Amino acid sequence: MTSLLPVLPALLLGVGGMALLLIGVLAKRECATFSTAGSIVLLLAAAWASCSAPDALLFGGLLKTTLFTRFADGIVYVSAAAALVLAFDYNSKEGIARFEYPILVLFAVLGMVVMISANDLMTLYVGFELQSLALYIAAALARDSLRSTEAGLKYFVLGALASGLLVYGISLVYGFTGTTNFTALAALLTGTAGAGTVIGLVFVLVGLAFKISAAPFHMWTPDVYEGAPTSVTALFGTAPKAAAMALFLSVMTGPFGHLLPQWQAIIEILAVISMALGGLAAISQTNIKRLMAYSSIGHMGYALMGLAAGTEAGIQATLVYIAIYVVMSFGAFACIIAMRRQGQAVEKISDLAGLAGQRPGFAFALAVFMWAMAGIPPLSGFFGKLYVFAAAFNAGLTTLAIIGIVTSVINAFYYLRVIKVMYFDAGAPNFDPSAKGVNFIMALGAAVTALFVFLPAPLLSAADAAAKALMG
Amino acid sequence: MNVAGFPILSVITYLPLLGVAYLALLRGDEVAVARQARHAALAISLLTLALGVDLWTKFDPTQAGYQFVESVAWFPGLNIKYSLGVDGISLFLVLLTLALTPIAILASASITKRARSFFAALLLLETMTTGMFAATDFLLFYVFFEAVLLPMYLIIGVWGGEKRIYAAVKFFLFTLAGSLFMLLALVWLWHDAGTTDIVTLLHTAIPAQAQIWIFAAFLASFGVKAAVWPLHTWLPDAYGEAPIPGTIMLAAVLSKMGAYGFLRFAVPMLPSASAAAAPLMFALGVVAVIYISLVALAQTDMKRLIAYSSVAHMGVIIIGIFTFTVEGIEGALFQMLSHGVVIAGLFVCAGVILSRGEGLALSRLGGLAARMPAYAALLMLFTLANMGLPGTSGFIGEILVIVGAMKVNFWVSVLGAAGMVLGCAYMLVMVRAVLFDKFSHPGLAHIADLKLGEYAMLLPLAALVLWLGVYPTSFTHMFDASVASLVQAHTAALSPHSALAMVTQK
Repeated sequence: MTSLLPVLPALLLGVGGMALLLIGVLAKRECATFSTAGSIVLLLAAAWASCSAPDALLFGGLLKTTLFTRFADGIVYVSAAAALVLAFDYNSKEGIARFEYPILVLFAVLGMVVMISANDLMTLYVGFELQSLALYIAAALARDSLRSTEAGLKYFVLGALASGLLVYGISLVYGFTGTTNFTALAALLTGTAGAGTVIGLVFVLVGLAFKISAAPFHMWTPDVYEGAPTSVTALFGTAPKAAAMALFLSVMTGPFGHLLPQWQAIIEILAVISMALGGLAAISQTNIKRLMAYSSIGHMGYALMGLAAGTEAGIQATLVYIAIYVVMSFGAFACIIAMRRQGQAVEKISDLAGLAGQRPGFAFALAVFMWAMAGIPPLSGFFGKLYVFAAAFNAGLTTLAIIGIVTSVINAFYYLRVIKVMYFDAGAPNFDPSAKGVNFIMALGAAVTALFVFLPAPLLSAADAAAKALMG
Repeated sequence: MNVAGFPILSVITYLPLLGVAYLALLRGDEVAVARQARHAALAISLLTLALGVDLWTKFDPTQAGYQFVESVAWFPGLNIKYSLGVDGISLFLVLLTLALTPIAILASASITKRARSFFAALLLLETMTTGMFAATDFLLFYVFFEAVLLPMYLIIGVWGGEKRIYAAVKFFLFTLAGSLFMLLALVWLWHDAGTTDIVTLLHTAIPAQAQIWIFAAFLASFGVKAAVWPLHTWLPDAYGEAPIPGTIMLAAVLSKMGAYGFLRFAVPMLPSASAAAAPLMFALGVVAVIYISLVALAQTDMKRLIAYSSVAHMGVIIIGIFTFTVEGIEGALFQMLSHGVVIAGLFVCAGVILSRGEGLALSRLGGLAARMPAYAALLMLFTLANMGLPGTSGFIGEILVIVGAMKVNFWVSVLGAAGMVLGCAYMLVMVRAVLFDKFSHPGLAHIADLKLGEYAMLLPLAALVLWLGVYPTSFTHMFDASVASLVQAHTAALSPHSALAMVTQK
């Protein structure tokens, strides 16, 4: 009998989620508040439980928990909890406060945890699909809104395509190697792999690139970000990105680790296209949610740079980048959720004009996030960039590092524009006072982003240990 | 040295940051908050200055290395430390920052819009600039160097003139683009030496081929900051559009960051590349001195004229640094201090006219000497100092640079000196248009002379100008040791190279 302690966090989420679902169905009244609170508690409990969970190889080698998986799980739990705090207020104001939403988030997180810990291509696929299905529904949460429904449908169709590519890739890999187990694959695939396996690997890679919305597989991102309710977008921008990136890391360095020379160039190309496209396409955006979508594409490009390096330092850099990115991202979405005028959500960048005069704290927080995303020191985003640049540079990918630096300047331009609108342009946004939870997330995100420079050691050493655990 | 003792440099650096936190806590109506914020900011900057003066008195001029060193682990596993220290080169630049911040705060009497944020930005700027000059770790230096952009961007963009947004964005993107190249060089050096500690990097031999590239990266970043021609195009816009206190900080302190970068990193770390690039730097310096002086002559706005004069003087500083002689580098350092004080004085003078409700177009001024004798005397003093009249601070720096350049290259010295002549031309044109001539419009006939607050800004600056000019030794002997060791290390680093070159030629 295997001990279930290593998967206790996942069990908590699964069992707790089903209990909440039962309560929600059986209760006479709409109980969105209760189910939100319960889900947040479950997520935090899972985060706490995963701190003390041991390393293990479970269920006949289907799942593997290490420091790496716990690190990535931790990011997912915290960012999902933050997204739920943001959703609570937004959903009730928009009239879409249903008890199902937090439960969908719980199941999506469960899927993420499974795929992060996957040690077999089948487990990977199951986790991947659980996550995706829950998120498709979440995207269409505002079912009476045309845009939200469209976003859900678009996400579903394109997501299904990506899943198809992924599963096709898995079948090819299985067909040419005879196994789906990560450990067995790693032992088989040393040296140069045959064409069939490589084609399978490329399909797997495309499926994963779709999930992290790396260009050129990013098409769905701007539309889904814009169309989905902002509370759901806040979730999309954080937890699933972190989970998919962690999965990307574990798949590329685990079963296919020895094939680095064969996939390195693909990752480099993905990184370059994402960084460039994220920067250039964002310049002309007027909707702040679309801006965030392109921004996230660019950020995934930077994060991929660490993976492209293929070294332990590179993995550490990507993990640091993702952790920092997630905090900036939920902070920025807290600001976007707080953009409400006379009970209506507004989404244009120009709506922010003159914010610094009326709400200095709000404007300052958003400015901190924008500057951090632009990678200006002393804010946390700079250190993320520094780490990936240094990793790429040390791995001999000088051109990649230089391209990254050039695109940073382009990226800085549109982040600066948001600050410019808030601080320099005249206007009176007259936003409604925002809810306490939203303010809390905003302040928490800004404090972590701005003060990271004073105490970087804990995150860096945790990421270092996680990278060591992953690379063995 | 105070390895375990009182961390005076950190206190000096972060005291203004505490001030920012205090400003955030102020409550009351807007006028009251503005007044309180102004007083609090002034008090904090004066307190910081007092600590800085204390630092000066405790500084040991006989030592060439860093003093008051503080070092704490910052990034574990990467060998990056949070470490501060000052030597003879950085001491006075720190003091210059500390001395000019209160002046800039005094000069912001006219700021009423969002005054609290303005003073917070100024104090933040002080923290970043001081930290930058005091950093002895390259990464820490870079962090402060870049962070200066944030408050400055807001100062120009929120409180600036008509074209402030254009100026702010241009300033930000130019400097960011430049400094990212430094980041690349930083990563290379870090990879090469395994540390970002400046002292260790100074003693790491870097291959000559790589030196050229790193020098190019440094030129891109420090050149933009120091507004070396042709990277100066952001400067007239930024200086012209920034509010007077912002212009003071930009021209007097921030422009020194670039020159300091050359002096701290490019020359000692990359001896062969900087020796190879010296002709280029001389050419850029001479072009700055002569061409920009001519551009200054063509200006019709007092603030822009002073801005261009500032670029021209940066040319002299660059020439001085790349002579690699004790005279030249001491001259450049001295000129950095003098330029900081003089330019601040000139911009404060421009601010006085603005505060009387007059514009700064030269054609709309004139005859002020009749109504404002005290103002005229002080403006004249700063003008003469800017021209390099003996007895004022400007003379010492320029003569040292010219002597240093003479040792290296006769023509550089002559052409650099030509700049002084042109400097006289444009400064005298300005003075004539502002102080003499006739009233250009009747409103000027009733303009009032200096007020108490304005004396408080101008008299200390005037005293500094004279002190620097009459008794320069009290400053130069503080940096003699550091500069001598810098020049020595540079020569020593070059000679094995030249010896090796001779061997390979045979």
